[in-house]
Amino acid sequence: MLRITSLHAGIGEKRILRGIDLEIRPGEVHAIMGPNGSGKSTLAQVLAGRDTYEVASGEVTFQGQDLLALDPEERAAAGVFLAFQYPVEIPGVTNMYFMRAALNSIRKQRGLAEVDAFDFMESVKERMELLGMPEAMLNRAVNTGFSGGEKKRNEVLQLAVLQPRLAILDETDSGLDIDALKIVAGGVNALRGADRSFLVVTHYQRLLNYIVPDYVHVMSGGRIVRSGDKSLALELEQKGYSELDEMAVSELVR
Amino acid sequence: MIELQEKSPFFAHFERLRAAEEPAWLRALRTEAMGSFSRLGFPTTRQEDWKYTSVASIAKTPFEPAPPAAGQASWPVLERLTSDVRLVFVNGWFSPGLSSAGSLPAGVSVGSLADALRSGSPALESHLGRHAGFTDQAFVALNTALAGDGAVVTLDRDVALDQPVVLVYLSEPGGRPAASHPRTLILAGRGSQASVAEIYAGPEDAVYFTNAVSEIVVREGAVLDHYRVQWEGRQAYHVATVQGVQDRASVLNSHNISLGASLARHDINSVLDAEGAECTLNGLYLAGGKQHVDNHTLLDHARPNCMSHELYKGILSGQAAGVFNGKIIVRQDAQKTNAIQSNKNLLLSGGAAINTKPQLEIYADDVRCTHGATVGQLDREALFYMRTRGIPERRSRELLTRAFASEVIGLIRWQPLREALEAELP
Repeated sequence: MLRITSLHAGIGEKRILRGIDLEIRPGEVHAIMGPNGSGKSTLAQVLAGRDTYEVASGEVTFQGQDLLALDPEERAAAGVFLAFQYPVEIPGVTNMYFMRAALNSIRKQRGLAEVDAFDFMESVKERMELLGMPEAMLNRAVNTGFSGGEKKRNEVLQLAVLQPRLAILDETDSGLDIDALKIVAGGVNALRGADRSFLVVTHYQRLLNYIVPDYVHVMSGGRIVRSGDKSLALELEQKGYSELDEMAVSELVR
Repeated sequence: MIELQEKSPFFAHFERLRAAEEPAWLRALRTEAMGSFSRLGFPTTRQEDWKYTSVASIAKTPFEPAPPAAGQASWPVLERLTSDVRLVFVNGWFSPGLSSAGSLPAGVSVGSLADALRSGSPALESHLGRHAGFTDQAFVALNTALAGDGAVVTLDRDVALDQPVVLVYLSEPGGRPAASHPRTLILAGRGSQASVAEIYAGPEDAVYFTNAVSEIVVREGAVLDHYRVQWEGRQAYHVATVQGVQDRASVLNSHNISLGASLARHDINSVLDAEGAECTLNGLYLAGGKQHVDNHTLLDHARPNCMSHELYKGILSGQAAGVFNGKIIVRQDAQKTNAIQSNKNLLLSGGAAINTKPQLEIYADDVRCTHGATVGQLDREALFYMRTRGIPERRSRELLTRAFASEVIGLIRWQPLREALEAELP
């Protein structure tokens, strides 16, 4: 589904990603862990198409398509979704209007008809109930004045509404208490399926108790320095990232 | 000061008016106002209040008095901003054919100024020209000297009008540059409640000049919503003053919408002249191309325990230039004043510019006054966020622009205007 080959990217002269190789097949859940500054959030942003980062070299194909050649909105239409670490407030645009505009934009790009307003409303309400979100949040401006937890739930709500093929979660766990974390993880797990893949970026192992990954990758210094199954996350939890830096250095030296 | 020539069409216009049959007080008022205008001349950019707005092109253009005309019924604003009670003026003159009185309750009178003068209404002498200062404001002086017609809206004690009174001032200048000086007088009696809209419109392809003055008296406990929609053609000059005078516990809600004209200058003023008065000034200005729009507001807190709330928002694109000057005076007697002012600007292009300035003069010591001004572009983070959700860049920009305006549009209670503005935004 997603194949990243030798991806180098950065801002101006500053190289942040220094050769990422990663393949995600349909239905798989991959976790990317790593200390602050390791480049994991940059990877998420580059995949979503943020133009502050320049791709120096490498390839990213998504379902056989050159992902890097697409605009952010085209990536969304192709089925890529990024749940933001810091969801953006949009005063003056209601959540309801925003989600419908998003879904209809994606459908239009795919050559599908717009959704019926009533059906849309019904399906959104159902999903909100699962995420423990009051209906009133539909009429509030997007993320405006939302608490941290509300913002993260709102990201997962959009994920559920837009039904992407690849969902990238960028530190969706940060700032959540354990109850909110369980709800958010439950929302994500409900969306797991044979043709939907996840790339879960996180600093902490805790999230991975609730969203259990098929693979865990550890990033350091802009590269994936180790890959394994879910037990790698536990190992990392015990040893911490400091040992990892040594690993990364030894790898670079090698 | 720009030298005035005695042969200026404005003077010729004045001479003709002086020969007309008019009450003595009005003739005296006109003569005094014309004297002020002669003395003041057109303002220049050396004057603080006109620093960023040059009216040299108005001064140079030989504007003829706009002639009375029957008017066309096909103006889009007439379709879009409808109401049962509508007075239409063409070139400043009342057009009965385009107007409809609707069914007004007892105690409400809505009519043309010329008719009111003919019938000798006593309220005119005590209010017309008594509130909008013509001794120090050249354009007010010019209007006071030359206004031939306009609207008079009078609400008796405790009457409430549930539909807005709509005053439409159309310009149909014909072949040559023409000027009109429409005058509006609104007298909201004690405990009355109403909304009055003034709409200014004209053709896109003609040079003309509208110089409007409105005086609004809001008596004790009265609530008046005032809408002003400047929707002139793109070659027009529009200069206007609104002067409110507020009595005890009165409420004046002003909405000042500016969409048209090549050069527009609006002075929106109110004196909070008795305890407990409240004034809200909302403004929205959209300008593109080479449009120039200048909003000057003045809230004069003259008495204690009054409140004012001001929000002006501008969206500028192309090479458009905007000016906002929000003056608040808190007089020595005006303790416990609460005044909040905010001006926010969205610049959609590198060529657009805004000069924004709060101007607070506070002579009382127990007051709460806040002000803030922002100038910015569309939020890049929000744009990216929307695009990652599949909304194309152009549509994202439109949505964010509309969202910016919605804060002011949402405060408009007159639904047809809200809808017209929503249709006007990208």
